[in-house]
Amino acid sequence: MPTTPALALRRTPLFDLHEAAGARIVPFAGWAMPVQYKGIVEEHNAVRQRAGMFDVSHMGRLFVVGSPAASLLRSALTYDITKIDEGRGHYTLLCNDDGGIIDDPYVYRLDATRFLVVGNASNADRDRDEIASRAAGLEGTGLTASGIDAELLDRQEQTLMIAVQGPAASGYMSRVIGPEVAAMEKRACTELPFMQYKLFISRTGYTGEDGFEIVTSPDAGRAIWRQLAVEGVEPCGLGARDTLRLEAALALWGHDIDETTNPYEAGLGWVVSLDDGAPFTGRDALARIKQQGVDRKLICLKAIDRGVIRDGCVIIHDGESIATVASGGFSPTLGTSIAMAYLPRDLAAYGAEFDVDVRGRTIRAVVVRRPFVAHDQEKRESAAS
Amino acid sequence: MAQSPDDRRYSKEHEWIKIDGDSATIGITEYAQDQLGDIVYVDLPEPGAKITQFEKMGEIESVKAVSDLYTPASGEVIEANGDVVTKPELVNSDPHGGGWLLRIKPTDAAEVDKLLSAADYDAFISNEAKDEALGP
Repeated sequence: MPTTPALALRRTPLFDLHEAAGARIVPFAGWAMPVQYKGIVEEHNAVRQRAGMFDVSHMGRLFVVGSPAASLLRSALTYDITKIDEGRGHYTLLCNDDGGIIDDPYVYRLDATRFLVVGNASNADRDRDEIASRAAGLEGTGLTASGIDAELLDRQEQTLMIAVQGPAASGYMSRVIGPEVAAMEKRACTELPFMQYKLFISRTGYTGEDGFEIVTSPDAGRAIWRQLAVEGVEPCGLGARDTLRLEAALALWGHDIDETTNPYEAGLGWVVSLDDGAPFTGRDALARIKQQGVDRKLICLKAIDRGVIRDGCVIIHDGESIATVASGGFSPTLGTSIAMAYLPRDLAAYGAEFDVDVRGRTIRAVVVRRPFVAHDQEKRESAAS
Repeated sequence: MAQSPDDRRYSKEHEWIKIDGDSATIGITEYAQDQLGDIVYVDLPEPGAKITQFEKMGEIESVKAVSDLYTPASGEVIEANGDVVTKPELVNSDPHGGGWLLRIKPTDAAEVDKLLSAADYDAFISNEAKDEALGP
């Protein structure tokens, strides 16, 4: 089916490899990205059962460097990143003054004074500008050419980013990068040499499986991508990335969370640190919301009837529309449709059933616990042996 | 791309119809299933339903998206393929065979003249594919 030519789309350093592999390319957040290679379900299952890899170079990559880096990030982000140990990462939120979610970046602490902030593709510039604007109000934080003591280094252009995910990811990564990666703990991050290049590697991901994310130069990244493909890691597109993260009930910015949603109703209160008393943007509003409580909650819905609940479908209770679906789709693992939506708190009980209007047809769905599909430790061990 | 079987006719909506005496079988094409990707749900009219050429007769959903199904000929539904209702992936694996959708009793034999031959359909989709290649 014809797609609109969009000459302004950005291409990742792996774009020609995706094309050569026959990937279907779609526009996404201003980038030309592979949506699928062989098929979404096959790629999805490869990640659940073995290992798959994703080009996630469209994600924002902002290094924050210098002695005030930690206090600068603390003033911008909801999570107390000063608590992150060196060589660790943590999920965080960047909020506005009302406590609405501007983005949900992952922050890695390489050492005492170096951090990597990975944000959504559509928010990369905004994240950088927001963090820079916080710096302006902080004492001892200069961002100008001379006398620099904290620097924001936007490395989206100069690097690429690959996610290698699945129960067998550790084995493949050990063979291609080195055995030391297998010893990394969950949410650990480190820098390793590869050929003449430096790799940033973390044991994180967005699929609900064990896995790694790599940030490095285009040359090193292309070599790694090719080598992983030769070893048998399945190249996966954005289609499988979405079905995997939905099964893991991981929020997607722009769908499940945005500036009109707050962390508490999204079930992300665990990423908001109020106890340290440190000021950060949105703190007052978030403290108030926490104290007052929320009147809606992001919940997980599983379809009972056949049919696919998608974004925007209306949820009905007693003949009244009570919510629209934030994220919905088909779960290849469960063989049924799954969705996330904000339901009024008094209705959001596990086991509660609702009608969902799927293009004029009503299908029944039930509120279930998150995640829809749990990470399987046994599977990881059997795949590794 | 492989050639479409020349024992049937095709619509520009990527459905095929194969006439067999006074009944006909309807399905979607290899090209359509490839464009849709993994099919997870097919909604078809019941036996006895009257369908009208080029009008919507049902829905087909893949992991990616939902698409309307259009009938390539008017008639009365004799049978909906129960196999594709319970195993929608059949439409992906065998769209021209076991993944058929409906058997109908056509009401107007002349309607097939408005449909494409296999060769014309192959030319049509190769142009669509070229359009797509101009994309990102």
